[in-house]
Amino acid sequence: MRAWKQAEQAGWGRALRSPATIARPERQAALHDIMATTPAPAFGARRAYGDAALNNEGALIEMSRLDRLLDFNGETGRVRAEAGVRLHDLLHLFGPQGWMPAVLPGTAHVTLGGAIACDVHGKNHHERGSFGQYVAAIDLLDATGQVLTLSEVENPGLFRATIGGMGQTGVILSAEMRMIRCPGGRVLLTKTRLPGLDAFLAAFESSTAPYSVAWIDATARGTALGRGVLEEGTLVEGPFRGPKRARKLPFNLAGLGLLRPVVKTFNAVYFRRASALGRTRTRPIDDMLFPLDGLAHWNRLYGRHGFHQFQCVLPQTVCEVVLPRILQTVADSGQASPLSVLKRLGPGRAGYLSFPMAGMTLAVDIRASRSARALLSKLNEMTAECGGRVYLAKDSTLSPALLQTMYPDLEKFRAVVTQADPRGVFRTDLARRLNLCGDAR
Amino acid sequence: MTSAWLILGASSAMARAFARQAATNGATLILAGRDDEDLALLAQDAVLRGARAASAMAFDTRNPASFAPLLDALFRLDATPNIAVFSGAMQPQATLEAAPEVLAGMVADNFTGPAQLLLMALPMLQDRPGGTILGVSSVSGDRGRRSNFGYGAPKAGFTAFLSGLRARLSRANVHVLTVKPGFVDTAMTWGLPGLFLVASPDDAARRMWAAIERRRNTLYVPGFWLLIMTIIRLVPEFIFKKMKF
Repeated sequence: MRAWKQAEQAGWGRALRSPATIARPERQAALHDIMATTPAPAFGARRAYGDAALNNEGALIEMSRLDRLLDFNGETGRVRAEAGVRLHDLLHLFGPQGWMPAVLPGTAHVTLGGAIACDVHGKNHHERGSFGQYVAAIDLLDATGQVLTLSEVENPGLFRATIGGMGQTGVILSAEMRMIRCPGGRVLLTKTRLPGLDAFLAAFESSTAPYSVAWIDATARGTALGRGVLEEGTLVEGPFRGPKRARKLPFNLAGLGLLRPVVKTFNAVYFRRASALGRTRTRPIDDMLFPLDGLAHWNRLYGRHGFHQFQCVLPQTVCEVVLPRILQTVADSGQASPLSVLKRLGPGRAGYLSFPMAGMTLAVDIRASRSARALLSKLNEMTAECGGRVYLAKDSTLSPALLQTMYPDLEKFRAVVTQADPRGVFRTDLARRLNLCGDAR
Repeated sequence: MTSAWLILGASSAMARAFARQAATNGATLILAGRDDEDLALLAQDAVLRGARAASAMAFDTRNPASFAPLLDALFRLDATPNIAVFSGAMQPQATLEAAPEVLAGMVADNFTGPAQLLLMALPMLQDRPGGTILGVSSVSGDRGRRSNFGYGAPKAGFTAFLSGLRARLSRANVHVLTVKPGFVDTAMTWGLPGLFLVASPDDAARRMWAAIERRRNTLYVPGFWLLIMTIIRLVPEFIFKKMKF
């Protein structure tokens, strides 16, 4: 049996690709064997959009098969599991027993290790903070093949560098996480149509719902700029939906789904379907938290060349001014995807390179093309200029200089990583592109 | 009555997925294999996923002394006994031709080891109706191909063995399911060139569980391999011998 497979690896956006030799250990012993001879960066479900899980001409370790549950305490809600376990499994296994991960990102397919490495956030970030804030301990395989336990007490510097550290400190082997009480498998969901950005900013300010997110029509311009639908959810009692096989998008749509008339029509219909007064219904929890998980391989919607996702967070104070400008830039470019996502973030973050800050975050899909890069560079600059930040899990075009202005704790991160991995065996395409670890000074 | 599953080769991807199916259904599990550290983790994982109980035990296809304790443990339980054989190994044809002495061990892994264990279980099984013997064979056993007959031969033997065992146990109301995987996304197929329409271990395990409940005799995973293998079996030998796969 061969341990390594030659493959072209792509990020979720499929715009960035590079060849690599990939190992997929089925047992911890196999992982240790690999790390003893060929230490390499690890990846989970490959849901990062850009080049976070790429290592051009290098080696990579896929962690998805190391997904054993190691321990669970039904009284405290603490769970320990191997890094490859998917958040979907944790939610559906422990939800019916009254516990759930405190933070669930927009897809439940991500792995525990990936959620830590990206310090992901969810639709309840304003209340609950980021994923890393619930991580009690991490077992990390370092560059020398040693297993280190990281926590607030043990190796705290490496702990903070590993959370949100995009895999640069080593291979996350397993982690212990605090879960929160789960009221049930359903969500009381209110959808409200809102006419524009100002309305959204006001609505997010006054909303008391634990889960909230807005779907914005990034193709609308003029007076309709920033129109969209606000979703507010509260978890309620009710059964979890049993395993349902997702519908699949079996082939590339060759970008057909993204032709301007199609997008405009889709957006107009989506927008009008929601009530301006707000309409409340109960839905399965997955429908609100992971709307796109119902369509497997939805990234094929964008055709062979793939797409980029731009996600930024803007500090609270500048949202009113900068958010319309960014949206205007996207709308004017005519390159935006059907739905863009707007959401309020709180200050919660757990690592040196964590993304969140108090303010608003906007995520826009942009089909890959020659002009996409120019647009993304412009958006990156606008974000940096106003003190905002771009999400590394989504990024594919940021520059080392802008990274430095966006991430104030970058030097602390680099100091820890330089010590932990002096040979740089865990560098990925993303780390090299952004000089994330400061190797190329 | 609850059911108990003795799972042989429990660390493999397909066995793990199957063990989770059984755990979710509240079975008692005996997970047998060679990596005792991993088996202990798997036992814990099974319990957290709903197994009534789970234990780890040593099993080595090439060491018949390891067989009896497993059967003792299974038949001692107050539950319907079931056995699932996932153990097996594939050496590339080129390896076998370069080092023919490797063949005997591979035959033990895929055929004679598990078969001896099942023969030892036979008398006990006859007194304990209602259970299932699941044996993972392979599509490679359906016909010896030039590129893989060293592996195909013991699998063909195991398929024939399971077929006979099914007949032998039918009166005793013990069911035998032969599973013939085509391409399933496991360590065995990792990096293999020319894969198409690969099933995930979870898909395979779900189909196996459904096949047990429906008391199917043979299961191809993915299902279209039934069609492929039917065609391959129908090719006349004088043409088949000239084919290049």
